[in-house]
Amino acid sequence: MAVAVQGAPGKSSRGREPRPGLVERIKLSYSKYWYAYAMIAPVVIVLGVLVGYPLVRGVYLTLTDATSLNTGRQIGVNHIPDSFTFVGLHNYADVLWGPGSYDRFWSHFVWTIAWTAICVLLHYSIGLALALLLNQKLRGRGLYRMLLILPWAVPTFVTVFSWRLMLADGGAINAVLGSVGLPEPGWLSDPFAQKAAAIAVNTWVGVPFMMVSLLGGLQSIPAELYEAAEMDGASPWQRFRYVTLPGLRTVSSTVVLLGVIWTFNQFAVIFLLFGNGAPDAQILVTWAYRLGFGQMPRDYAQSATYGVLLLSLLIVFTSFYRRWLARNEQANG
Amino acid sequence: MTTTTERPAARSSAAHAARPAKVRSREQRSPVATALSHLALIAASLIALFPVVYIAYISLGPDDMDYLHPGQILGKATLSNYDKVLNQTDFFSWFGNSVIVAGGTTVVGVMLAASTGYAVSRMRFAGHKQLMWTLLVTQMFPIAVLIVPMYYILSNLQLLDSYFGLILVYSGTTVPYCAWLLKGYFDTIPVEIDEAGRVDGLSPFGTFWRLILPLARPGLAVAAFYSFLTAWAEVAFASTFMLSSDKYTLAVGLQSFISEHDHQWQLMATTSVLIALPAALVFYLVQRHLVTGLTAGAAKS
Repeated sequence: MAVAVQGAPGKSSRGREPRPGLVERIKLSYSKYWYAYAMIAPVVIVLGVLVGYPLVRGVYLTLTDATSLNTGRQIGVNHIPDSFTFVGLHNYADVLWGPGSYDRFWSHFVWTIAWTAICVLLHYSIGLALALLLNQKLRGRGLYRMLLILPWAVPTFVTVFSWRLMLADGGAINAVLGSVGLPEPGWLSDPFAQKAAAIAVNTWVGVPFMMVSLLGGLQSIPAELYEAAEMDGASPWQRFRYVTLPGLRTVSSTVVLLGVIWTFNQFAVIFLLFGNGAPDAQILVTWAYRLGFGQMPRDYAQSATYGVLLLSLLIVFTSFYRRWLARNEQANG
Repeated sequence: MTTTTERPAARSSAAHAARPAKVRSREQRSPVATALSHLALIAASLIALFPVVYIAYISLGPDDMDYLHPGQILGKATLSNYDKVLNQTDFFSWFGNSVIVAGGTTVVGVMLAASTGYAVSRMRFAGHKQLMWTLLVTQMFPIAVLIVPMYYILSNLQLLDSYFGLILVYSGTTVPYCAWLLKGYFDTIPVEIDEAGRVDGLSPFGTFWRLILPLARPGLAVAAFYSFLTAWAEVAFASTFMLSSDKYTLAVGLQSFISEHDHQWQLMATTSVLIALPAALVFYLVQRHLVTGLTAGAAKS
């Protein structure tokens, strides 16, 4: 319980920290907004305990040589205490430029970046195309919309399992490819085909979210704008370029950011598709999981080091992205 | 040259002579364009639908190598797998556990997210901006960093192998996105409604509970859908934190077909279909709200 109390002020009080001379104002803010603090307190406590504390401990583990052999655990009634030692920044140095760091880190790093970029690009462009199609007056629009959201509504491990059966050697996909005379790659065994399969499955999984969000964005663009553009003689392409895209800017900036974060950390698709095989197709998240859970002894320290590196990459990306958005917003008035 | 000189003239005359016709033309496309749209949407729907139908089809095949010869299933299709899964495994206990956990996550997660989203949407308390960004940052944590320390703290809090522990963990993963979504939705509800509530003597909580929540139903529906699906389909946390076999959720139970009966693909396919059904039901219930609910959330970031 002590941790819960520690976690709570950690976040909620950040803005309330007694800046000199402002104590009175903060007291006022507190008496005025105490119910606001009461409303956010549960979230702050839950996240502080379940996410904040593990993060701090995860960062601490990166500075040690913890594995499943030297971490404290309970065997029956005997408690074995922690026996790992503090090694400073050794783990980071080892991961980033230690022996074999290309195979262990950089190759996965490059693939993770490519994976994120390709997947988000495909999600966004296919999602936008489908949203534009669905935004017309068409017979059966509701039915199309329902069918197209389906990949999102069915649990990921069910659909990924289905894909795995379809992609297996002799499965449905290769049967179709073979019958029209195309080559039949080993989707689940050949390194390059594995990557292509992973991207295809993740695209299939991720498009519906983008499509629904962008469809909502399209519907919130006032029809008068299109009428005005049309009266000025704008071609369909010009209407798309100068009315639709700017109208979608706020929606797009949010869903692209979320898409990047989620794809970067997309654990389920790759893990369920390949399990612990396919070393080449592992992105950083699944690779970190494999170090921490998929091998013996479990290397907690290295696994956490990958995690912290991943998190820093995302934070750097997000701050640049926000700055770029803000600059864009200013430039466009 | 001829085309460039002709084009503006033709366009302006069309705009002058037949403006009503032209406005209509944007909404009623030419038959070719409509046919192409239908064609594209049908193709996309088939791609979206195929894996789901395929696994349902595989689940009808009685042998575990049937997925390699899908053509042969047609001749010997049977529901015997369903009989086996429903009557000879712990399916119903897994199912019950999943319902408890996913239902609990939906309720707890949406309540937490709604109160946070409302507080941030309406009250300019110190730290409200940082709070939202902190929430977004928690979405960036790879589970690899979290899962070991989480295991550690759950065992210290005696929440390991308990429904409540797993519900809290899931809520922690769904709340950030739901809070963003609901904050955006609350932003679209006029503040005058709150003020009217306060004038009529409702407390801040009363305003939130009695006036705003009922108005935010589409947003809540989407948040509930998202929370339910996240919890219903999660594997990594569930398999790490639920230790005793009578606490397994469906996602964990499904994996026992690989180790116990070595690769019973047809039973896995059957269980997958049974797992997908409730999710599809929830989806069907909320899909009307999906577009409006998501938009508001995404539009006001």
